[in-house]
Amino acid sequence: MMKVIMGNHALSYGAKLSRVQVIAAYPITPQTQVVELLSEMCANGELDAKFVKVESEHSAMAASIGASAVGARAFTATSAQGLALMHEMIHWAVGARTPIVLGNINRAMGPPWSIWTEQNDSLSERDTGIMQVYCESNQEVQDTVIQSFRVSEKLLLPCMVVLDAFYLSHTYEPVDIPEQSLVDEYLPAFNPPYRLDPDDPHTFGSLTDSKWYYELRYKIEVAMNKARDEWKKANEEFENLFDRGYGLVEDYKCEDADLILITSGTITGTARIAVDILREKGKKVGLLKIRVFRPFPIDEVRDVLGGAKKVACIDRNISFGHSGIFFAEVKSALYNNSNRPPIWGYIAGLGGRDVTPETVMEIVKRTEESDTPEELIWIGLKKG
Amino acid sequence: MRLTIPEEEIMSPGHLACQGCGATLAVRFVLKGLGRNTIMSIPACCCTVIDGPFPYTAYGVPIWHTAFETAASAASGIKAGLDVLGRKETTVLAWAGDGGTFDIGIQALSGAAERGDDMIYVCYDNEAYMNTGIQRSSATPYGAWTTTTPVKHPKNRPKKDIVAIMAAHRISYTATASIGYPEDLIKKVKKAKESEGTKFLHIIAPCPTGWRSRPDDTIKLAKLVVETNIFPLYEVENGEIWKLSKKSKGTPVIEYLKLQGRFRHLKEEDVQTIQMNVDKEYERLLKRCNESSNQ
Repeated sequence: MMKVIMGNHALSYGAKLSRVQVIAAYPITPQTQVVELLSEMCANGELDAKFVKVESEHSAMAASIGASAVGARAFTATSAQGLALMHEMIHWAVGARTPIVLGNINRAMGPPWSIWTEQNDSLSERDTGIMQVYCESNQEVQDTVIQSFRVSEKLLLPCMVVLDAFYLSHTYEPVDIPEQSLVDEYLPAFNPPYRLDPDDPHTFGSLTDSKWYYELRYKIEVAMNKARDEWKKANEEFENLFDRGYGLVEDYKCEDADLILITSGTITGTARIAVDILREKGKKVGLLKIRVFRPFPIDEVRDVLGGAKKVACIDRNISFGHSGIFFAEVKSALYNNSNRPPIWGYIAGLGGRDVTPETVMEIVKRTEESDTPEELIWIGLKKG
Repeated sequence: MRLTIPEEEIMSPGHLACQGCGATLAVRFVLKGLGRNTIMSIPACCCTVIDGPFPYTAYGVPIWHTAFETAASAASGIKAGLDVLGRKETTVLAWAGDGGTFDIGIQALSGAAERGDDMIYVCYDNEAYMNTGIQRSSATPYGAWTTTTPVKHPKNRPKKDIVAIMAAHRISYTATASIGYPEDLIKKVKKAKESEGTKFLHIIAPCPTGWRSRPDDTIKLAKLVVETNIFPLYEVENGEIWKLSKKSKGTPVIEYLKLQGRFRHLKEEDVQTIQMNVDKEYERLLKRCNESSNQ
């Protein structure tokens, strides 16, 4: 069924179609519509789930973890400050191997207060061990929630589905909402190998000294490593059932490209238009969208970028004192590769500043005209 | 009096507690009262360690170790998960120390209580952050020494009235208990199990390590703290009906204080101040009990 819905509701529909059993969430702009719709769905019986209306995001994640630990499928959603408050419990969800799916609306961190998009909130969770998927459209948001539960539950790793504040969260787009039976075929019921059960009592997360902790961390990395293949498999089967799909990355007009742009989130759609305009002018420009950020798609990035003469990465985030975060990740993926094109790093769109096709074309022009790569270029910075 | 303590031991003796640990007895008694169909949510506290290091465990029921401030919120999630899976008979027990309850965990606890999430929340109170090495918490009593309230500046504020705070949430059942009175304690555990929504038990659990007391005085102290009215035993139903569980013996506080090194620095006038405060607080409690019995 096609329906015109906002990005936030795409998260809610994704959760509903995944038959989530426990939702624990706290309101924050620009996430609120996600949980408003879910609480409505729970109230009118459309969704057979318990909604725990917690008093903070920290409790939202703690409760989601508890629910997952007894074998219930758990979902939560937040943004920015809320995600930062959850941070401790995201580490906990990973260590406890509870496959929770978390929707995060990218929003800039305060101060000063901002409710507009920026990726520093989700990217600050980079090293926790939660998987991260950055979405470009509402359809992709809904579908990614369903895919995430499948991959997460297979690997016992939580997953964060990320979308831009307002540019996606509050933008209405047509979304194909599939039949429940088709989703049920794709996503079996959650049945974890271990759970809290008085008939078979076990202790989870007890004090663990250096004799074992190291190996437990290794197992998380093994799962993350497997996740690359699991995302591919999950996507292939998704394509078979739903006639649409998304890779770890998506390359657009990259085969013969001299210059390849790298984007994530909604800047991708804008960059695609810029690439089309530039292609019409005869410029060999391509685009690599990074969708799955954790695990990082090293092979795909190497494959797509290997043939380019120049690469320009657009980051709606910054690691202060270093560079854009996607830029740093791509650069590190290429360092040990035999084909290593030079990369220019651009910061753009922080705090929701508009990134237009013109901004992207300016980035292309600047990269074309430059001989030596620059790592930290602030695009559209006001003078003075 | 007929012995009402269930014989079955759910907690096993192989654990890591200090000698004379009151908290360990609290776990043992509460689990006796609840039985095996129980899941425990334990945040950072002495009982994290007492359970034993991986791969050992002493408590005998499923244990969910969770972050410091999340005893209640993790329990809320566990309960929600059990409900939706149709396993409604299992008791969810949030088990936290005084730091995890009075201080860092109070937000999550208040949230769960306001929602009325079905759980028994036990605060075993040893009156300081004992697991990290005896630092003051808001449960530390007036005048006590801890490593962050040195003898020259002992704690100069009274203990937070956590039971009144919880009763103000209008939860179905709130009670105090002492490991020195196990029958009363287990009776209250059973009453909590039969009550609806969030239930709160505040159990005083002497800590020889932090109180600088003799391990073999633990039970004596757990009785004296009640007899001196420092920690009276009472129940609050629906936040309205306050009932004393034990009549006052009115033993002078000095009898309790003198057995503990943490009060050794107190001068006679300090002891008098404490006695005065205890008397005042006890009067306040009696007033609450009388007012609610006149309703």
